[in-house]
Amino acid sequence: MIRLLIGEFREGMVIAFRAIRANKMRSVLTAVGIIIGIVSVTLMGTAIEGLNRAFNRSIAAIGADVLYVQKWPWGGGQDWWTIRNRKDIRLQQSRVLEKQMTLARAISPIMGARRTVKYERKYIESVIVIGTDADFLETVGTDLEFGRFFTAMEADGGRPVCAVGSDIATNLFPSENPIGKTIKVGAFAYRIVGVIVKQGSLLGMESLDNRVYVPLNRFIGQFSSMRGGIQIWVKALNLAEVENAKEEVRGIMRKVRGLSPKQPDDFAINQQEILIQTFNKIGGVIAAVGLFITGLALFVGGIGIMNIMFVSVTERTREIGIRKAIGAPKRTILLQFLIESAALCLVGGLIGIAIAFPLSLIIDQVLPTVMPLSIVFIALVISVFVGVVSGLLPAYRASRLDPVDALRYE
Amino acid sequence: MPTKKRNNHEQPQMGERMPSIIRIQNVAKIYQMGLEEVRALNGIDVEIARNEYVAIMGPSGSGKSTLMNIIGCLDTPTSGLYELNNINVSDLNDNQLARIRNKEIGFVFQTFNLLARSDVLHNVELPLIYGGISSGDRKNLAQEAIERVGLSDRSHHKPNELSGGQRQRVAVARALVTHPSILLADEPTGNLDSKTGEDIMALFDRLHKEGNTIILVTHEADIAAHAHRIVHIRDGKVEKDEKVKNRKIAHAQSVVS
Repeated sequence: MIRLLIGEFREGMVIAFRAIRANKMRSVLTAVGIIIGIVSVTLMGTAIEGLNRAFNRSIAAIGADVLYVQKWPWGGGQDWWTIRNRKDIRLQQSRVLEKQMTLARAISPIMGARRTVKYERKYIESVIVIGTDADFLETVGTDLEFGRFFTAMEADGGRPVCAVGSDIATNLFPSENPIGKTIKVGAFAYRIVGVIVKQGSLLGMESLDNRVYVPLNRFIGQFSSMRGGIQIWVKALNLAEVENAKEEVRGIMRKVRGLSPKQPDDFAINQQEILIQTFNKIGGVIAAVGLFITGLALFVGGIGIMNIMFVSVTERTREIGIRKAIGAPKRTILLQFLIESAALCLVGGLIGIAIAFPLSLIIDQVLPTVMPLSIVFIALVISVFVGVVSGLLPAYRASRLDPVDALRYE
Repeated sequence: MPTKKRNNHEQPQMGERMPSIIRIQNVAKIYQMGLEEVRALNGIDVEIARNEYVAIMGPSGSGKSTLMNIIGCLDTPTSGLYELNNINVSDLNDNQLARIRNKEIGFVFQTFNLLARSDVLHNVELPLIYGGISSGDRKNLAQEAIERVGLSDRSHHKPNELSGGQRQRVAVARALVTHPSILLADEPTGNLDSKTGEDIMALFDRLHKEGNTIILVTHEADIAAHAHRIVHIRDGKVEKDEKVKNRKIAHAQSVVS
């Protein structure tokens, strides 16, 4: 029985490729639909894969054990106006957290502004200037490439010192040692004491290396008023304590902000997880829409295959009659045409991948990615699947032909 | 190289002169043509014994094609009994019929009906593929059948590279390759000139001598005269069933091994 099936299968393959070869032009034209479908599916898959990779790489830089206490929640979802009217988060609240928290390894208040940064005649516009304290490096979990971060004493005293991101260092000091040099941040002079290691960019949009870090006590006054809101970044003791630390932060913040038990939080504790969730939501929609559209292309291709298979069955009615007369059962005829249809699609799929691969290298210029092997495999499975599905109806019709009528067919 | 016919299904039956290979009793075939019923076969009885050489003759519209289709298991009777090799085939389903056709019947058609894109060897192998024979055995059996019709040197030619007579011999080889119970030939010389037709008839004579049961469907008295017995069909019934007295012996003009 198994040998019979193998024999029939091999015979089916032989017939299929003979038929495809005999009708080269028609086969190629028909396969174009599948080729386009497979090209778009693989490219879409590659792009989605690239998006995921870029995101995961960026997200790793943020740190999973850091809580971001902010006025604005990430990912939205709440009423804009309500959030807009929340009280700002104050520096004093950060101090309370520092004093009271037991599950925090480091806490840093953060303020940000955008300023032009100048050194001699070189300048960079719209650099993010962050005012923070001496614990900042520990809070975000990064390291210095050169020099040191500003000390607690410099921070408290609001000294004019700063640490810079690696992009700032390389752009302003292409051939000099930046340590000890004085740059102008906005209108104010700062002496560089350290350079932070390269961290990469968040989704290719905002570089984390294009930043200047200054003592918060100096930031207030020079770049912002005392009245402006801040963020508080809290690093939990370890990953396992993140949820507990979050509860602790919430408790302290509620107390210090004077919320009664019935009032909802008027602050947000953001986490990387929220970003991941949001991204997954958006990414899921992008993937669904993208794959739906490319799926349509495949569907159209499949209709083309079905059409040509009907033609093929009609053309070969007599052949079907002969095969039936000499003992081919329905199953064999069905299998033969399914194989032919699947083979046609498989050839289309292979050509599609051959076209999509160089195109994916172009995508690689925008989103760092390579076409994953799994997508190649999935694409081939899909093309065979489309072939089988589109071939089903024509093959069924062929298998049902009456041998007497089929033999008489001219 | 005469090869002895394999008798796969021989069941000696006591009290009978010869074991019947085909037993058709009161078979009718009715087609519905619009509102009208057409009785292509109207209660026909035919019995054919093993190793007989029978011609079925009749004008067009006599029902001989319908009878051939039923004997060949391409069609089933509306009513009546048809036993092929002691198997009641009147009520088998399509796939069972396909299996019977594969094992028990070798078809030879007027228009050869070879697969145009396949070479001789593959055409002859085809029934064995559907019979589930392993590829090694398949090659041997096919070569043997090709040899029996004298085309060994043509096994890798495509049908369009062969003459009509050669094509028909390929068809005969394909019919023989499974060692079927009957060879069923439908106007086998209809598309051939008379000389080539004679060659084919000589081939049938020889195959009959080697032990094959041959059923020839034709409307040409000339061709029917090669058989030992002629069954005349008219209006869906047997009109006359006669032994051939002066058998015509075909003389092969070309060399058939």
